[in-house]
Amino acid sequence: MSSTAQAVHYGEHHQSFFERWFMSTNHKDIGTLYLSFSFLMLFVGGSFAMLIRAELFEPGMQLMQPYFFNELTSMHGLIMIFGVIMPSFVGLANWMIPMQIGAPDMALPRLNNLSFWLLPFAFILMLSTFFMPGGAPAAGWTMYPPLVLQGGESIAFLIFSIHLLGISSVLGSINIIATVLNMRAPGMDLLKMPMFCWSWLITSFLVIAVMPVLSGAVTMVLFDRFFGTNFFNAAAGGDPVMYQHVFWFFGHPEVYIMILPAFGIVSEIVPVFSRKPLFGYKAMVFAIACIAFLSFLVWSHHMFTVGLPLGGEVFFMYATMLIAVPTGVKIFNWVATMWKGSLSFETPMLWAIGFIVLFSIGGFSGVMMALVPADFQYYGTYFIVAHFHYVLVGGALFSIIGAVYYWLPKWSGHMYSSFWGKLHFWSSVISVNVLFFPQQFLGFAGMPRRIPDYNVAFADWNMVSSIGGFWFGATQLIFVGVVIHCVFFSKQKATSRVWEHAYGLEWTLPSPAPHHSFTEPPAIDDSQLAHGTLTH
Amino acid sequence: MTMSSSNSKRRIVGTGIALGALLVSMAAAANPVPWQMNLPQGVTKVSHQIWDLHMAALWVCVGLAIVVYGAMFIAIVRFRRSKGAVAGTWHENRVLEIAWTALPVLILAGLAAPATILTRDMYNATDSQMTVKVTGYQWLWRYDYISYDGKPVTKVPTVWSRLAWDSNTARQLDSGVSPWSVVDKQTGEHDYLLNVTEPLVIPAGVKVRFLITADDVIHGWWVPDFAAKRDAIPGIMNDAWAKVDKPGIYRGQCYVLCGQDHSAMPIVVKVLPKDQFNAWLAAQQSKATLDKAARTAEVTPPQPVPAKG
Repeated sequence: MSSTAQAVHYGEHHQSFFERWFMSTNHKDIGTLYLSFSFLMLFVGGSFAMLIRAELFEPGMQLMQPYFFNELTSMHGLIMIFGVIMPSFVGLANWMIPMQIGAPDMALPRLNNLSFWLLPFAFILMLSTFFMPGGAPAAGWTMYPPLVLQGGESIAFLIFSIHLLGISSVLGSINIIATVLNMRAPGMDLLKMPMFCWSWLITSFLVIAVMPVLSGAVTMVLFDRFFGTNFFNAAAGGDPVMYQHVFWFFGHPEVYIMILPAFGIVSEIVPVFSRKPLFGYKAMVFAIACIAFLSFLVWSHHMFTVGLPLGGEVFFMYATMLIAVPTGVKIFNWVATMWKGSLSFETPMLWAIGFIVLFSIGGFSGVMMALVPADFQYYGTYFIVAHFHYVLVGGALFSIIGAVYYWLPKWSGHMYSSFWGKLHFWSSVISVNVLFFPQQFLGFAGMPRRIPDYNVAFADWNMVSSIGGFWFGATQLIFVGVVIHCVFFSKQKATSRVWEHAYGLEWTLPSPAPHHSFTEPPAIDDSQLAHGTLTH
Repeated sequence: MTMSSSNSKRRIVGTGIALGALLVSMAAAANPVPWQMNLPQGVTKVSHQIWDLHMAALWVCVGLAIVVYGAMFIAIVRFRRSKGAVAGTWHENRVLEIAWTALPVLILAGLAAPATILTRDMYNATDSQMTVKVTGYQWLWRYDYISYDGKPVTKVPTVWSRLAWDSNTARQLDSGVSPWSVVDKQTGEHDYLLNVTEPLVIPAGVKVRFLITADDVIHGWWVPDFAAKRDAIPGIMNDAWAKVDKPGIYRGQCYVLCGQDHSAMPIVVKVLPKDQFNAWLAAQQSKATLDKAARTAEVTPPQPVPAKG
């Protein structure tokens, strides 16, 4: 346990830079690669968002042709989902799961290397479509036929890159399941595991269940476009709505793939800074499992206006509303964890509280749009845009940033500047509301989503939203500064526990954590686990 | 089921009908206004009921937000370590957990019941007195009158409804024309991207059924004030209906991404009092009969629609 970030020893063998970062089978290095890659993609996808908000700053077309705007919205969605949120959660899983369950590494280290290295190539393919004749795919991230079939041949590159991303995330999930089920140290019972491990165990099953469904759907699109099939061509007996059913059978569990690990992270952070055990640990695990199960039964709520039969509308409305119950349990349990605690507000806690507040706003609008008649007035408007950005930015992204602030001292061995971390939080939490809250008003007023230009009645709130957007985008540069400073320049050493009330195996390791986490299974002392003595 | 029985049930379950009726009388402008923050109430019974449901759901959410955020706020203020708060060690409370599982179920059921009944009504397009076929194209709408008052409508030319030319000029990149300069000559209303060359004309007080489809890609036909909305999908015939009592001009936009000019295919419906509509329809028919050059394919004898009212 003598390794440092500067000189890494793999047994007795000294790794060159190339060996360490390109041929790595180490869960921490691969975790770092995942996180660095998604950090980079955050700014790629974010720059598209800045261009979108710049065009929407005022009515009229100022910067770009409408088709290019559609390319930007489509690629913004694809990059943020597959290039930022999903890989950063996988990066966190890589770093933390072996450390949290007392394992030396992931169960399948070479598979781990493969599943990461598929990503850069997939995104090179995806982004290269911007430079192809006909431009990037412009039919939205949902890629609905027949519109997507009108695009240029670049759609083939997009579909192949989605295949690669699918393989990558399925392999990553297999690895996580294998690790959690097989590599736990003796005494680390499933019901003593940290919530983050639980959330990823369940998420992994969702990934394995639905990524192949997406691959199948886009493969049918590929065949329709290039090989003369007519799966979705109405003129030849195909059905465009079938694509939507298949897509959203993937798409709704995908929503939970992007939020369940966030639940895990927040369930880690809140008890530490409340100095009180997580309220209702078993209920939290059960709620995640419930949400995961129900996520397979609600896909058509993305399609309430396509002309489903009445019975279908009602069934999917009820199933969707049912999801609010376990989700509510989680929120109530976090609040109950804080209740009568001894709270302090270090940077990770601020982000976790920000998550609960912002995710709840997204949850409330979710309940409203579960009501079929109301959804008829919301569907396809900016209210939907506001809803999923509250859950994905205010929810998923906030939790990821919170996780980085929580575990970065453990990874790097240094403390970051909490002043800048807190400034980053306050600037983000205000600007994200300036950005997305007015979009709810725009949606109510009837502004459709995915439009580059709009009536002057929508001008004022759009301008407010764009100002919030530029503000939020610029604020994330603080994050870059804090992370680079902490990893390379910070002189302040982190202790092994880092946070006063942090319990769990990861905090028994020194900071920075050794290259291999637990070369021998640790002797587990239940009092050192966050949930060691809670289960009966 | 008859309309009257569903009406009575709607009355039982629907929340705040009287309040809704009061608010109808002070309904805001029909089209989006600057700084608008809420759904329009619209001009149909269904749109009012949806508005009531929307407000009920909104207030439920506000109430829950007050409870959740209030509890968090109190915890943040009272249970701070800096104020010497000592943490408890409890981490379970069976009663509390059952309560906050069961209570949301009841609240949600309270919203789901009226929503279910309203959904059923929205799906009930029976007894419509007029049928109009709506077809979405990249990037315009086509309207065909199919039947009215139990008779097929013939001789009324297809309405091709595309973006008005002044909007179309202004929306081009670097057009140099301000979107604020695009106004309706008569009303002064800013109708940039919300006006068409030729609107759909329908009669007031008549239940109109819209058969909605598309010819190329998926579009979406929606008039917010009617709460009539369905995806327009190639190969599929969807239906929606509206009974509009208040004459006027109502605007909407395509809501399903349909390519580069998705923002440039508005929907404009002109609702005329029934007698004026009948006169308009008769005028269309006689114009079509006279204009033989444009209608050379027409072989069936004219079938005048009986003028009413």
